[in-house]
Amino acid sequence: MNVLDFVTLVGGIFITFLRHTGRMSLFTLRAVSHCVRPPFFPRLIGRQMVEIGYYSLPVVGLTTIFSGMVLALQSHTGFARFAAEGAVATVVVISITRELGPVLAGLMVAGRIGAAMAAEIGTMRVTEQIDALTTLSTNPYKYLLAPRLIAGFLMLPLLVLVGDIIGVFGGYLIGTYKLGFNPSNYINRTWEYLETLDVVSGLVKAAVFGFIVALMGCYHGFYSKGGAQGVGTATTNAVVSASILILTFNYAITELFFAK
Amino acid sequence: MTVPKIKLQAVYKAFGSKQVLDGIDLEVGRGESVVVIGGSGTGKSVMLKCILGLLQPDKGSIQVDGEEVTRMRSREREAVVRKFGMLFQGAALFDSLTVWENVAFGLIQGRRMEREKARAIALEKMAQVGLTADVAGLSPAELSGGMQKRVGLARAIATDPEIIFFDEPTTGLDPIMADVINELIVKTVKETGATALSITHDMASARKIADRIAMLYKGKLIWVGPASEVYASGNPHVDQFVNGRAEGPIRMEVRL
Repeated sequence: MNVLDFVTLVGGIFITFLRHTGRMSLFTLRAVSHCVRPPFFPRLIGRQMVEIGYYSLPVVGLTTIFSGMVLALQSHTGFARFAAEGAVATVVVISITRELGPVLAGLMVAGRIGAAMAAEIGTMRVTEQIDALTTLSTNPYKYLLAPRLIAGFLMLPLLVLVGDIIGVFGGYLIGTYKLGFNPSNYINRTWEYLETLDVVSGLVKAAVFGFIVALMGCYHGFYSKGGAQGVGTATTNAVVSASILILTFNYAITELFFAK
Repeated sequence: MTVPKIKLQAVYKAFGSKQVLDGIDLEVGRGESVVVIGGSGTGKSVMLKCILGLLQPDKGSIQVDGEEVTRMRSREREAVVRKFGMLFQGAALFDSLTVWENVAFGLIQGRRMEREKARAIALEKMAQVGLTADVAGLSPAELSGGMQKRVGLARAIATDPEIIFFDEPTTGLDPIMADVINELIVKTVKETGATALSITHDMASARKIADRIAMLYKGKLIWVGPASEVYASGNPHVDQFVNGRAEGPIRMEVRL
């Protein structure tokens, strides 16, 4: 392989990257513009909200309760080295509300909802159902994508709020039953150093993550092609890209809120 | 001089380096049924999708009722799309909805009609294509291929379109069911007075539903004429295709 081939290869990859970025940006702009303009489809939004919010509760609840429990245990044994066991309750509540609640819920929902959206919309694409929508005077952005994006954006903060409470409760269980904290003392400590911003920043993250999950599911499904294999690829891409974007945006939003 | 319902002039469309449509000229008159025949992968579907606006041609002009549709804004295009109904190759029914909701979809979502009223019309259209009310509540996945095609046909005619597209209406059906669908197409087109543009590679179907037949080969329409003359076209490409012979001027690109 000579130098020219190598340059061609690099250039080709770069152009493909730019093309995908451009397509995704246009897709996002169009989809968002349909989210904020009437007509809306309350029935469809409602159905998606139930799917994203209600049916994800068990998964998110389980993830956060074990995270809270393990956090209490880990920080207790770790902090014992410099006699700071008293900080366990504070560490649990701040970690859960700021970081673990939104990130874990986001990743779980990416696996559950992002994959399902990509598979459903991808199948609709390859079986020409999306073309059929257009021929029936229905805009697929408005009918298919907007309800999912709206539901993702609205429901994940609610889900995370519930997850926060369950996670803190997990820490409380371990703190009081295993580590020997006084229950009322533990609860006091939980409240004492908690600031509104801790929770709010977590909920802002959740809204962004919810939007990302729905957007990636819709985008990869919408542009899937080539039958069953194409839908499989779209599903994988939706979950992987949503997960990476969640972790990237997690850092960016944290920096925005807390960097001095 | 009447304005043709659909008029294509020098339409070109390429995907990458592959020239799929290489200068298509076609006119479809009001109330006429034109069938475009051609082998798989010759760009028949691409041509339909260009007229529907699902794909944008690279150059050329497409007129519907004398209106240029290729450079329309989305608002105007929506008004044009309302004139169309389409029967898709795989029926493309929405599997999250019941049969009657599928048929009524264009009325409820596209025309903002009340559900009860739309349901009544849907049942009426279903009866037109020989579907009884007891399948109305089923989901499309519970139906056979032929039944799904009927539902697709009922959905295509539910909004009383002026123009109906049929994309390979008989593909995947047994010969008897294919003929039933062909008869339904002829009957509905006649009853509604709609203009029909179909694409197929099934000659039995083409002969039955066409007033005129056009043959697409390598991105060009190589022959256009009355359906009755398709077997005496004098064009070796057309002869080979309509008689289904492997030997002839058309070389299939077979890769082993």
